[in-house]
Amino acid sequence: MPSSTLVTTPAPAGPQRPAPVTGRGPLRDRMREGAWGWLFVTPMVVVLGLFMVLPILMALWVSLLHWDGQSDPFTAHADFVGLRNYRDLLGQDGLTRTLFATSLRNTAYYVLLTVPLQTMLALGLAITVNQRMLRGRGAARTIFYFPSVTSSIAVSTVFLFLFQGSGSINRMLSWVGVKGPNWFADPRGVVWLVLGNLGLTDRDHPGGPLARHGVLGLSWADWFSGPSVALCTLILLSVWTTSGTFMLIFLAALQDIPRNLEEAAALDGVNRRQLLRHVTLPALRPVLFLVLTLGLIATWQVFDQVYVMGKGAPGNTTLTPAYLSYSSGFDNSDYGHGAAIAFILLAIILPLAGLQRWVLRERGTKAVTRGVRVRGSR
Amino acid sequence: MSDPRSLCVAAAACAAAVLLTVTGCSSSGGFDSSAPKQSSSGRQSLSVMIATSGDAETAAVKQATAAWAKQTGDTVTVQLASDINQQLGQAFAGNKPPDVFYVNSDQFANYAKGGSLYAYGDQISDASAFSGTLRDSFSYGGKLVCLPKDSSTLGLAINTTLWQQAGLTAADYPTTWQQLADDAAKLTKGGVTGLVTTPDYQRIGALMKEAGGWITNPDQTAMTADSAANTKALTFVKSMMANGSLKYASDVDAGWGGEALGKKKAAMTIEGNWLQGAMKADYPGVAYKVVPLPAGPAGKGTLVFSNCWGVAAKSGHQKAAVDLVRYLTSAKQQLSFADAFGVMPSRTDALATYAQKYPAAKAWVEGIGYAQRPVTIAGFNQVLAQFNTDLQTLRTSTPAKILGGLQRNGGQVLKNAQ
Repeated sequence: MPSSTLVTTPAPAGPQRPAPVTGRGPLRDRMREGAWGWLFVTPMVVVLGLFMVLPILMALWVSLLHWDGQSDPFTAHADFVGLRNYRDLLGQDGLTRTLFATSLRNTAYYVLLTVPLQTMLALGLAITVNQRMLRGRGAARTIFYFPSVTSSIAVSTVFLFLFQGSGSINRMLSWVGVKGPNWFADPRGVVWLVLGNLGLTDRDHPGGPLARHGVLGLSWADWFSGPSVALCTLILLSVWTTSGTFMLIFLAALQDIPRNLEEAAALDGVNRRQLLRHVTLPALRPVLFLVLTLGLIATWQVFDQVYVMGKGAPGNTTLTPAYLSYSSGFDNSDYGHGAAIAFILLAIILPLAGLQRWVLRERGTKAVTRGVRVRGSR
Repeated sequence: MSDPRSLCVAAAACAAAVLLTVTGCSSSGGFDSSAPKQSSSGRQSLSVMIATSGDAETAAVKQATAAWAKQTGDTVTVQLASDINQQLGQAFAGNKPPDVFYVNSDQFANYAKGGSLYAYGDQISDASAFSGTLRDSFSYGGKLVCLPKDSSTLGLAINTTLWQQAGLTAADYPTTWQQLADDAAKLTKGGVTGLVTTPDYQRIGALMKEAGGWITNPDQTAMTADSAANTKALTFVKSMMANGSLKYASDVDAGWGGEALGKKKAAMTIEGNWLQGAMKADYPGVAYKVVPLPAGPAGKGTLVFSNCWGVAAKSGHQKAAVDLVRYLTSAKQQLSFADAFGVMPSRTDALATYAQKYPAAKAWVEGIGYAQRPVTIAGFNQVLAQFNTDLQTLRTSTPAKILGGLQRNGGQVLKNAQ
């Protein structure tokens, strides 16, 4: 692999322009170029505007209305309620707020467990199938990628059968003498379950004094209950299905790391762990950011598995904001609340993505990292 | 063309055109509060949206609408909805609803309040032939809005083989709560649970009715959830749970009571007449009998469910649509629906014929006489869904806490609605 590709600058993407015609100033020239540029991107701008920006603005307007979905929200007759939907969700004590807080708690645990697990698994798989020594690499890559191309609805249905109380998983557990829970019907939070089994808390009244006080209509005992057994199954499912996709992204990035970097490191006498820590991972940083961000966004918005597997049951412990938004609209004819939930979700995801960008920002100016980055980000 | 100014003009024109199209769309597709223009052509084309329970129902509805179309010279297209709430919601918001559609009782109030349903009850001359409870269920603001399509009530389904194995006879069929509890205890052994049901108010609500309570007052203007009668009902259920003779379906790995009964995990279950079709299709070898739900402290009680045939307020074919509904709800047609997919008629005259023809369904038919209608309050779905969720925790929670939550949540919705 010629290392010179590292240094050569890529050709600019736009059309090659001849030298400016005499008699026209550079400013005028740039303007002309800009106009052409705009003309070329117009189709995409129109498509994005029509199908993304406009609907988002419409939804933002709906989130300020009390709208039952059966009249035109864009006339003067619309029942404008200002920020009342947001107040119901965040400020006003009631069922709406409790449900929303429950869905936030569930999703927070879901994100907290799913994102690191799927990223680590994907990276591990990618490093494994990237080894030149490994036999049948192609087959392994296909197998690992397979869950990702399968419909999430189909996978969810299969999981429903696997995790039944008398399903295959519990039967396998019984071989080693473990009596598995009734996975999808078990609303108990794993934190209290583990503490209860250790005898540290009362099993029937988990949380003790924490159950008396709370915030957003949910007691502290509920907030700290951890994901329920049912939600853990959901986490397992999504880690299993998404890690294949992210493995592919990591694999592409791994193959982009110049061989001579590894060779240079080998000459310096590093072992495998040091190679991973000081060469591979820094080189993967932009891709790691991509994978974490995609994972974060997708997990906060999880909907289809919830829709298939129990619509929030058992005990609302698999309720997610995305599903709650859907059911507020279509089941409860309260589209204003549904839209408001969507925007609160946006307000959660954006800062989190920003925070992540800040954490993963480029630090130091190590030549190695920079050299790789130029290539990796192309 | 290479002049930048002309390019800018072109771009601006493009943008303006797009903007015009967008705003044009929204105003032409906009909502019109006045009555929709009625089609006056000789041949009308109606669309019907149904949420079908299976192929048998689909075929029966298609056949019936085709027969009507042949009679009148109009055309009818039957659309199958996989998620009818969502599809109707979209259709209403998009201002293009189907002309005739199923309306579930839990969505009825939402649609009626939103003005999406055309109230045609006053055009039905023989409306009094329909069961009074069901007519109440589909009335809004004192007016009958739509005609009930069929009816279903709950009964106690018993696996007769397990019953005999436990040394019980037909004389032991429970008629009181005490007998129910005793029988369930006798039947519970091995992998069998005496009584299996689903944790929802559409089942356990029947016991609340038997205890003399219900979620709201008869007018649905005030919550009566935390009454002593309701507490008594939940306490009874909880006591049966405590000794293991009552379990929820998910605890025995079943999706619903019928599945538990069919898989012989339940000796008894509380289900409606849809059980017939399911047992015939999935568990033809399981012998069972349906008896009325045992009476509670306040006498007999059961729940009645139905869908109604909604006609869209935005439909341009209302006259033809009402005519189609009249045809579909006639006694003859309802009986043929009953034959095809096992639903009970919603007309009392047809119900009598049905009872003669299907003696096994006697308990369900009789239930109509004393059944409680479902709650139809706009915006109440979330409250009832939460009640169902809380009922799942009945084993570890307390009836007072669950009913208190229902009282509070429901009260808020009622307060906001007023």
